[in-house]
Amino acid sequence: MEKGSHQHHQQEGHHQESRHDGQQQESHQQENYRQCSQAPMEGLGLMGTPMPYSDATTAHGGLRIPSGCAISGIIDRTGKRMSGERIIQSISVMHDRSNGLGGGFAAYGIYPEYKEFYAFHIFYNNLSAKRECEEFLEAHFDIINLSKIPTRKVKTITDEPLIWRYFVEPLQTKLADSQLNEREFVMRCSFKINTSIQGAYIFSSGKDMGVFKAIGFPEDVGRFYKLEEYKGYSFTAHGRYPTNTPGWWGGAHPFALLDFSVVHNGEISSYDANRRTIEMYGYKCTLLTDTEVITYIIDYLHRRKGLNGYEIAAVIAAPFWQTIERMPREEREKHEYLRNVFASLLITGPFSILVGFEGGLMALNDRLKLRSMVVGEKGSMVYMASEEAAIRVIEPDLDKVWSPRGGEPVIVGLDGGESEWL
Amino acid sequence: MRRVYVNEEWCLGCHLCEYYCAFAATNGTDMARALRDTKINARIKIEENDQISFAVSCRHCTEPYCVKGCLTGALTIADGIILIDREKCIGCYTCILSCPYGAISPSEDGAVQKCELCARTAGEAPMCVKGCPNEAIVFEERG
Amino acid sequence: MAVNYLYPEYEVARNYDRCIACRVCERQCANEVHEYLPDANKMTCDDSKCVNCHRCVSLCPTRALKIVRSGNTYKENANWSRKTIDELYKQAGTGGVLLSSMGNPEDYPVYFDKLLLNASQVTNPSIDPLREPMETTVFLGAKPQDIRRDNFGRLLTDIPPHLKLSMPVMFSAMSYGSISYNAHESLARASEALGIFYNTGEGGLHEDFYKYGKNTIVQVASGRFGVHKDYLNSGAAIEIKMGQGAKPGIGGHLPGHKIVGDVSRTRMIPEGSDAISPAPHHDIYSIEDLRQLVFSLKEASNYTKPVIVKIAAVHNVSAIASGIARSGADIVAIDGFRGGTGAAPTRIRDNVGIPVELALASVDKQLRDEGIRDNVSIVVGGGIRSSADVIKAVALGADCVYIGTAALMALGCHLCRSCHGGKCNWGIATQVPKLTKRLNPNIGFKRLVNLMTAWQHEIKEMMGGMGINSIESLKGNRLMLRGVGLNEKELEILGVKYAGE
Repeated sequence: MEKGSHQHHQQEGHHQESRHDGQQQESHQQENYRQCSQAPMEGLGLMGTPMPYSDATTAHGGLRIPSGCAISGIIDRTGKRMSGERIIQSISVMHDRSNGLGGGFAAYGIYPEYKEFYAFHIFYNNLSAKRECEEFLEAHFDIINLSKIPTRKVKTITDEPLIWRYFVEPLQTKLADSQLNEREFVMRCSFKINTSIQGAYIFSSGKDMGVFKAIGFPEDVGRFYKLEEYKGYSFTAHGRYPTNTPGWWGGAHPFALLDFSVVHNGEISSYDANRRTIEMYGYKCTLLTDTEVITYIIDYLHRRKGLNGYEIAAVIAAPFWQTIERMPREEREKHEYLRNVFASLLITGPFSILVGFEGGLMALNDRLKLRSMVVGEKGSMVYMASEEAAIRVIEPDLDKVWSPRGGEPVIVGLDGGESEWL
Repeated sequence: MRRVYVNEEWCLGCHLCEYYCAFAATNGTDMARALRDTKINARIKIEENDQISFAVSCRHCTEPYCVKGCLTGALTIADGIILIDREKCIGCYTCILSCPYGAISPSEDGAVQKCELCARTAGEAPMCVKGCPNEAIVFEERG
Repeated sequence: MAVNYLYPEYEVARNYDRCIACRVCERQCANEVHEYLPDANKMTCDDSKCVNCHRCVSLCPTRALKIVRSGNTYKENANWSRKTIDELYKQAGTGGVLLSSMGNPEDYPVYFDKLLLNASQVTNPSIDPLREPMETTVFLGAKPQDIRRDNFGRLLTDIPPHLKLSMPVMFSAMSYGSISYNAHESLARASEALGIFYNTGEGGLHEDFYKYGKNTIVQVASGRFGVHKDYLNSGAAIEIKMGQGAKPGIGGHLPGHKIVGDVSRTRMIPEGSDAISPAPHHDIYSIEDLRQLVFSLKEASNYTKPVIVKIAAVHNVSAIASGIARSGADIVAIDGFRGGTGAAPTRIRDNVGIPVELALASVDKQLRDEGIRDNVSIVVGGGIRSSADVIKAVALGADCVYIGTAALMALGCHLCRSCHGGKCNWGIATQVPKLTKRLNPNIGFKRLVNLMTAWQHEIKEMMGGMGINSIESLKGNRLMLRGVGLNEKELEILGVKYAGE
């Protein structure tokens, strides 16, 4: 029975695969063109293996990349789905906050027909990476559907890797063997692929959501992925201004783990303290970006430790002791507890982040509010962005607009929805 | 009123207070030049035996026998400090005999001498206090 | 009379133009270096007795004294230094084991001096500690494994016993006996004023100091001197001393002449008897024995105090620390070979143990690799000289540091390294009443508070420069460090990059 259904979907997938064959050729041509005109870039290897970054190697390799950025997010609390067009408009206003070295989106509620399955978005450097990765996927998952992710040619977006999408479900036998819960199993598989299959990189792995990212200005990335054709109840967007040239698509934001995704603006000074702590809990930081570490911390605190969004904020952007001392006893004890137990997960230095998750969105600033972040409301819509202009451009007439204080999370869920984040 | 008090617990018997006192009386700026090859006669004196040591100087009593007994009015109280007018002093030593602490002594010029809280340092701690290495002599207000 | 091969190492240089013969030098030198010649109204001195402690220099009111290195020289060469020659002559003359005090003075690398700190520029703002809160509070102890909630979903906030400090510095173990009552009082009062901790060392706790219990760490060492139930319950934490950086692998010996009066009572041994701490704990010959002692102490203190296990930094320190982290201990303290002592055999002090920076880096890494870093906090001592060393130790992975020598220096110690003589002119490492009264705790505690306050300011400045506003974000943050003058292996062990990388 299981086998049968697998076969059936595989066929469906084949159909889609062929439909996109032409496009695949297109991108190949483009790649050839680049190689002619920009020969010196050739060695960069856009899908280069993420660099390992353990203590043993810090002294030799591994370059951390600080970056500044723009972020924006939208959610409709009624759960009504909107087109991706609006988020592109919003982020494009903050063009000057990016430098064309990375842009991306996370979209929630976009795969209702496959919402039972994990949607893997994967970059491949080459066909052999794809082959190897697919072998791994087939050994561990039922592949319900696979296809190239549709893209259109955009002049400023070049050097694209092969970009594929798979809807999958863990093989019950493998899952049982692993003695892990399903989400942990999926996460470990995706880590395994990202760290051990050279040239393959899973950049989105949640259900009914997807990440779309590339090197380029975010509005161009949106057009490239035809984001306007997707409909979701919530979107986040990111424009990147790295102070070093990474030249790798996987390094763009959002950074996602299962269904939750992070876009981030800032440069954290606690990076190595956080990294070395979170790696102890089994996470492997391969990208050397702040966002990756923040994402893992949030995943650890939420999924593994069961903290809600407010408690997570009290850990990573903890109130100052002088504030805690003035709190009523119960509050004070809670905050002291969280700061003590998770001391090494406090994040210092400037950041503003948007966390997208199933059924909601969370905005958070660093404890000193060293990065801008504005929240606006209009009816059931909530907007969050680095600049008010990015909100006004899509909703000039807001009911309410404010700038959340440092360390004060703004968490928005769907009406009537229950979330562990709230 | 702030007075000089002695914590004998911390007195090391180092005698530095005597030298600072003597130096203060010279109005000099360099102790080496002021005191080299001299024999000092300080207004504060260390009393000691093997076990204990402490500095003794004028207590600036509120009802002082010395002032009461002074024949010429050379000893007076001003703002709680017992001062001596060396012009008026005839060197009769009545004060020396009447002081229960032995804090008044003869000086080279015939007049008596005693601690006047380094009146010239105007409110600052006297030199013996400043020079004490162990806070055994302090200048403070006590009830 | 036998020929004395030794020539004084130091000379007292007296400027007779400035000497007023006040005799303070004579009165203050317990070594009887100075002498007054009444006939000549002149001071003279015997250089051979001088240990260069600077008591006379500091107290001379006319600055007429200084101590200079003796100009006399042996026919030294690269192999036979003056120190080596002197030591040989001394042993040939006496037949004894050489004794020394304080930490290893030899020319081994000081890794703290080869590590440089980062500061923010452009991409990340530095933070001004005068304008923004800058937090140095740390907790020491095991972190709970599980987050628990009540029926209403509220977090249960009970955690294993821990210490809360206003800054990541504590005064390390120095026993009452090895140092004076007044030194202990200074440390205790300063700890209370600062919100940090001092450590009794292996000498028990004087009854007068029980009132500082909430800022006291009580030590249990191999001699068990002064240990009883009330003692264990009087402090905020209990430390098991397995080893000491200055003399790893050997015990302690407080000579009988220091076991007088209160010292003997506090140690619970007869007056005049030598206090000999065995090299090992004779009930701990393996890691499982340690576990038993850890839990015995927890049992005795009703599981209300964190237990610290202190070890000397030796070759396989990371494996040992890993064992300790699994022994039920809450804190592991690592003492490097620069750490001081009241007395140690010179050969041990100068040749045994490893630098604490390397020990710290490898312990922190080992515990993280094994996923047990949360089981214990790491405290390092032995060579912390300044706030910069504190910052660097924290960035390498320490939760907190111990300072011993630096604290004693605040109290007047001039590093003469003669503690074992028992005639400390500064009233610190002595029990002679005439000498101990030289350390007035009213002054001593203020100087300690000053030193720590100054360090705290500097720590905040350096953190602010790095864009870090709470010390926990610096812990193990090795990217904030860069090495200079280090080889590949050293960089690898320290886990830092080379400057410019």
